[in-house]
Amino acid sequence: MSGAALALRQIGYENRAFWRNPPAAFFTFAFPLLFMVIFNVLFGADAARFFTPAIMVFGVVTATYTNLAMTVTIARDEGILKRLRGTPLPGWAYLVGRIGHAILIALLLVVIVGAFGALAYGVDVPWVHLAAIVLVLAVAAAAFSALGLALSGLIPNADAAPAIVNATILPVLFISNVFFQMDNAPDWLDAVSHVLPTRHFADAMLGFYGLGDTAGAGVPWLEIGVIALWGVMGVVAAMRFFRWEPRR
Amino acid sequence: MSAVEIRGLRKSYGSFEAVRGIDLTVETGEVFALLGPNGAGKTTTVEILEGHRQRSAGDVSVLGHDPGRHERALKERMGIVLQQTGVDEYLTVREVVQMVAGYYPAPRDVDEVIGLAGLGEQRDQRVNKLSGGQKRRVDLAVALAGDPELLFLDEPTTGFDPSARRQAWETVRGLASLGKTIFLTTHFMDEAQALADRLAIMADGRIVATGTANELIGASTPSTHVHFRLVDGVEPPAGLGVHAAASAYELETTEPTRTLHELTAWALSAGVELHDLEVGRRSLEDVYLQLTADAESDAPAGAAS
Repeated sequence: MSGAALALRQIGYENRAFWRNPPAAFFTFAFPLLFMVIFNVLFGADAARFFTPAIMVFGVVTATYTNLAMTVTIARDEGILKRLRGTPLPGWAYLVGRIGHAILIALLLVVIVGAFGALAYGVDVPWVHLAAIVLVLAVAAAAFSALGLALSGLIPNADAAPAIVNATILPVLFISNVFFQMDNAPDWLDAVSHVLPTRHFADAMLGFYGLGDTAGAGVPWLEIGVIALWGVMGVVAAMRFFRWEPRR
Repeated sequence: MSAVEIRGLRKSYGSFEAVRGIDLTVETGEVFALLGPNGAGKTTTVEILEGHRQRSAGDVSVLGHDPGRHERALKERMGIVLQQTGVDEYLTVREVVQMVAGYYPAPRDVDEVIGLAGLGEQRDQRVNKLSGGQKRRVDLAVALAGDPELLFLDEPTTGFDPSARRQAWETVRGLASLGKTIFLTTHFMDEAQALADRLAIMADGRIVATGTANELIGASTPSTHVHFRLVDGVEPPAGLGVHAAASAYELETTEPTRTLHELTAWALSAGVELHDLEVGRRSLEDVYLQLTADAESDAPAGAAS
């Protein structure tokens, strides 16, 4: 089989294994919805128009960056990566399989969050922007996957993974228009946040829902460009830091 | 062509030299055992052959390839059982073997592989439902999935109960009869003796002996080993070189006929019984302990890991 066919096949096996652990699968999807419900209770139903796209961003980042950084580190500690390294499966085909599956889960999450926002809170789905939304989601999911793989190479062991992953992503999400609106943030913090891919991802998604600077501006090329740049840095860092074996 | 050829192999971790210039040849179709105590450098050596580690110096050829280059063509022809398991826990045995079989150009039939590994009854169970010993067999099944010519088994029975070990031995013998070349590491003498056509003893990063088990036993002092017990209070005879061993007596002799005659004559005249009398040649274990102890006493202080 060619490497590409093996990568596709690997997505299938990843998918099968994922659904074999129903509690993990359930909470992967329930967690962002829970956030949405709580935020809407706290901030009122008007907030749903903000939190629907914001929680989509949170869901995509969780399903790609957080998920891959943790599960790849665990697979490395368990010796799964080392074992694969001894087979003819090209390393990239395995990783493409992992990333492909993570992206599928991320897209499914977006659909669920969008549907939940529409049905529970009456937040209209911006169908006119569908093509642009898919483009942003695809670039963001790929970029955050690459960054997650790069981070896994820097995490010393599986026990350290949750602490390190959360420490790298939660503060970033806090200043990225995801959990809190950045309207009243001091200028310097706003400037910092504009360097980050999460901020641009959030701004793009909020724009599709008619919020923020990019509202109604069509395809948010600047945002896509910044996210893609981070993705490229993620790929370079992943190639530099990725390891097949546990650190001794 | 030999399946594995190693010339002047060295591997250092910082200032510690784990492998200190070894030469080995494993012929095609042979079961070869690399025997040695923990920390001797066995796993480092086998992991260099598998491509998991880069060597510091020397030449290595595995099926005509340099394993350090991670060529797919080589990986398609070899199978690896590592010391630790690493398999997707949520897939069934059959799914795991099928997944891995797809990586190879000419895999062996999936159900046949599962049977060879002794997992026929567990084929539709998920890996996370299996016992520790069964998971090791999944490892073996995964290594066999691609129908490899050469199989690396790194301490395949460590942690097994005695009956599981015997089963694993039968499996290895079965594989050998299929014409596979098998390179195994172990720290069990009986395992090396039971399975290997040829073996090498490694200690402190060096090969201290190679040959068949019989050659190794014969090459060291060709002596006969006598073992017996006496009731408390009876002293053994002088002049036969008897030395006390754990709750018994032992002696080594190159003239077993004369020595036994003198020993039994002494026992008859003294009216004592030689309990648990055993006469045998030195075991591989004796040779192994002597060789590895020699290697350690030769080593510079602080070098042992």
